[in-house]
Amino acid sequence: MANELLNKDCKELRDEIAAGRIKSVAATEAVFETIEKYDPVLGAYISTFEEQALAKAQEVDDKIAAGEAVGGLAGVPIAVKDNMCTTFGATTCASKILENFHAPYNATAVEKLLSADAVIVGKTNMDEFAMGSSTENSGLKQTVNPWNTSCVPGGSSGGSAAAVAGRLCFAALGSDTGGSIRQPASFCGVVGLKPTYGRVSRFGLVAYGSSLDQIGPITRTVADSALMMNIIAGHDPADSTSVDEAAAPVCDYLEKLDEPIEKLKIAIVPEFVAGADEQVQKALTESIDVYKGLGAEVIEIDMPHLDYAIAAYYVIATAEASSNLARYDGVHYGHRTANPKDYVEVYSKSRAEAFGKEVKRRIMLGTYALSSGYYDAYYLKALKVRNLIRGDFASAFEKCDCVMMPVSPTVAFKIGEKIDDPLKMYLSDIYTIAANLAGVPSISIPCGFDENGLPIGLQILTPAFAEEKLLRIARMFEKETDWHSRKPLATNFHE
Amino acid sequence: MAELEYKVVVGLEIHVQLCTKSKMFCNCAVEFGQRPNSRVCPVCLGMPGVLPVMNKQALEYAVLVALALNCEIAGFTKWDRKSYYYPDLPKNYQISQYDLPFSANGFIEIPLEEGRTKRIRIIRAHLEEDAGKNLHTAGNFSQVDLNRAGTPLLEIVTEPDMNSTAEVRALAVELQRMVRFLGVSEADMQKGHMRFEPNINLVITKDGAEYKTPIVEIKNLNSFRALERSVDYEVQRQLDEFLETGETMETGNKSTRGWDDTNEVTVLQREKEEAPDYRYFPEPDLVPVELTEQWVEDIRARLCELPIKRQMRYVSEYKLSDYDAGVLTAERSTAEFFDEAVKAGGVAKRVCNLLTQVGLKLANEAGCSLAEVGLVAENVAELAKMIDAGTVSATAGNTIMQEMAKSGKAAQIIAEELSLIQKSDAGELETIVDEVLAENPKAVDDVKSGGKKSKKARGFLLGQVMQKTKGRANPKVVSQILGKKLN
Repeated sequence: MANELLNKDCKELRDEIAAGRIKSVAATEAVFETIEKYDPVLGAYISTFEEQALAKAQEVDDKIAAGEAVGGLAGVPIAVKDNMCTTFGATTCASKILENFHAPYNATAVEKLLSADAVIVGKTNMDEFAMGSSTENSGLKQTVNPWNTSCVPGGSSGGSAAAVAGRLCFAALGSDTGGSIRQPASFCGVVGLKPTYGRVSRFGLVAYGSSLDQIGPITRTVADSALMMNIIAGHDPADSTSVDEAAAPVCDYLEKLDEPIEKLKIAIVPEFVAGADEQVQKALTESIDVYKGLGAEVIEIDMPHLDYAIAAYYVIATAEASSNLARYDGVHYGHRTANPKDYVEVYSKSRAEAFGKEVKRRIMLGTYALSSGYYDAYYLKALKVRNLIRGDFASAFEKCDCVMMPVSPTVAFKIGEKIDDPLKMYLSDIYTIAANLAGVPSISIPCGFDENGLPIGLQILTPAFAEEKLLRIARMFEKETDWHSRKPLATNFHE
Repeated sequence: MAELEYKVVVGLEIHVQLCTKSKMFCNCAVEFGQRPNSRVCPVCLGMPGVLPVMNKQALEYAVLVALALNCEIAGFTKWDRKSYYYPDLPKNYQISQYDLPFSANGFIEIPLEEGRTKRIRIIRAHLEEDAGKNLHTAGNFSQVDLNRAGTPLLEIVTEPDMNSTAEVRALAVELQRMVRFLGVSEADMQKGHMRFEPNINLVITKDGAEYKTPIVEIKNLNSFRALERSVDYEVQRQLDEFLETGETMETGNKSTRGWDDTNEVTVLQREKEEAPDYRYFPEPDLVPVELTEQWVEDIRARLCELPIKRQMRYVSEYKLSDYDAGVLTAERSTAEFFDEAVKAGGVAKRVCNLLTQVGLKLANEAGCSLAEVGLVAENVAELAKMIDAGTVSATAGNTIMQEMAKSGKAAQIIAEELSLIQKSDAGELETIVDEVLAENPKAVDDVKSGGKKSKKARGFLLGQVMQKTKGRANPKVVSQILGKKLN
């Protein structure tokens, strides 16, 4: 019974709760039972808030029983990546340096979930400060892939993706700087949306690469992605980079979701995709065929600068990160070294002790890229490449409604497989990074499985602020296929 | 001894704290002297995930100053991060402006002696946020107070156009007067609202050859006195050093020195090779700002007549002394009060005397501005007219000023109440003069005899008349009568 409940999507659950047919308390209890049973294996959560969640669920149930109005996610148990600040629990970013940091404010996206009467279940594991593609860089714990526990869940929002796939919540928030929502969604067989840069407020999202970071939903269906966007999208006066709604209105993403896009024109980039694993390429081809079957036209285009996306990304993101992470110095909050001999040691030792290897690597890379004498050769050059990539997308979207490509060149890889080879790890972001550099929205939806039963994702990209169209395109595919309704076997609890 | 001449060359960087209600990038109040860390929020504490939001008021204030400094205003400006680690800087970067400041290429006229002025070019003015303060009063620990962190600062950079300590001081004082006039800063030195960083070197001519000494920047001076003394000290020090070592300016040998206020010496802080690399890059959390022409023009409309112009006008139009004109234009409220009183019909010179001799003294005693003393400009104008008409004496005028400040009554009423109206009626005064002459034959003789005693005796007789009239006789009229009777 509980399992049947857990397999519902957010929209369905919300409607049932609102109609009084399902109690939010029951759904929340079911989630916590699952967490108790399976999270010791999955390791999706850094912290959970059972008492608070049940209280919120009870409050929602009471409101509904009393006939009071409730929010758009009333009673739905949702998880939040642990790099979004919350007034409850710690906000660790999976880093020892913030292990005990308790924020006195909620991230705007979290605040919006709470105002929509969502039940926040817990905060999910991630690569430390969102730096990584496997969640192996977490300074606090390991998360595994629900489809195969010897594989990584992807990253950096690996905890969120694993929790959604494993039915440890109904939906989750992730953040995506270079693919950190889409790639784990793809590895875990769920839907991950990175909205347009500026569509969702970054206030309270602990910054990694400020000009690239964007919060987005990880869900089991496209409809849930639309529902979550209805709650979290919009301008925030506290985030100057969030876009004015007069310039780019937020719409009801659910309203026309089931209406297909007429005369859909899809662009593919054959040369760029050639580097992906055979099975990934095959899944892409088959997915495109599904669209063709729906009457879509497919064109081949060239996006000549995408090859430079990784190089540009690892300069820009690390440069921003080196500055964003400077504040974790042991002076004001967070980990402080014991017995420093002077203030310089407060900095150097606190940071040396509490930052993980990958974080240190990126801080050093970024510091170097911004250093006097190197700025023009690295940072400025990377900004130029970024502009060229934007140009590639601009000219592509003159010819098509959307671009489709794989999310990742491979399916989920084995834990430990790439952790000692950072360059190889960086290359697994090859298809996702361009969307962040260009600021355009991009979604990952389940589109098949490899021979070992690991999920494969299809990535769809549209012009900036065309989330409505993007979701409708994704929904067209979802209606024709059942990949999204397959359930992970590893935890085996949904049977 | 070889022939040696030298010229002092000084450029200034000035930080001016803008008196906005809230901080540069958050809503915390800008308030001095509050309990440490009581005017802070997650944004100015640099907590994880917070974002800055620009204070538009600060930008308006900054643009107003830039316009007063005759700067070009950029149509497009952006923010940059300046990175360095220091405990009073919570993010370990400061949001500042690097390559695209909102204004550049201006100038300021500074007053020199005898009413002369000099034009000092302004390289740029940009906005940034202030840091907090480290306190070292808790034994083994240092403490950090972040109340000041995030306060809007306007940084103004001049060309090295100043060639003496007096010019450096004049610029500093003029700028203080200007920002106060514009109402954008209290410019209170004691509260650190203005801080100076002079760049100093010398151009030395020795045996017909010219040498430039290495440039020295003195950090963080927060009083006019420290500014003057440190420049003086540095001039002498550089001269001595040149004579000793012969070292001259070259790329890379600029150094930074601090000012030791107790010993009145500059102290080496760092050589150029130790100069920090600030790793500037565009602040990704803030959007660039576009300043439309219309917006800039709206700000320009808020410019008032600037103090230096006013001062010069007072000298040329009203024939006031440069000194008096300077006193009247030290504060905007004083200058405006003066203008108002003159407009109401008071003769400028007389109004000036009343304000400088009584009004400002009262303000000073009460620790307030002239406008707050309780005086009404129209009443001061009336009083000035009465003095000039001989209705009251200048001395009585001062008494009436004081009384006006207290009671707010009109000058005429006070003069009557205090019986300060002068007797100018020749007939009435003649009777009294006759009495006095009759009572003092000796003095009359002295006057008539001429010689040494004559002048003194005349004064004595005048005094007697004044005494008899309890000081209310118009001395001018009495003098005339005395003259007539004794010749």
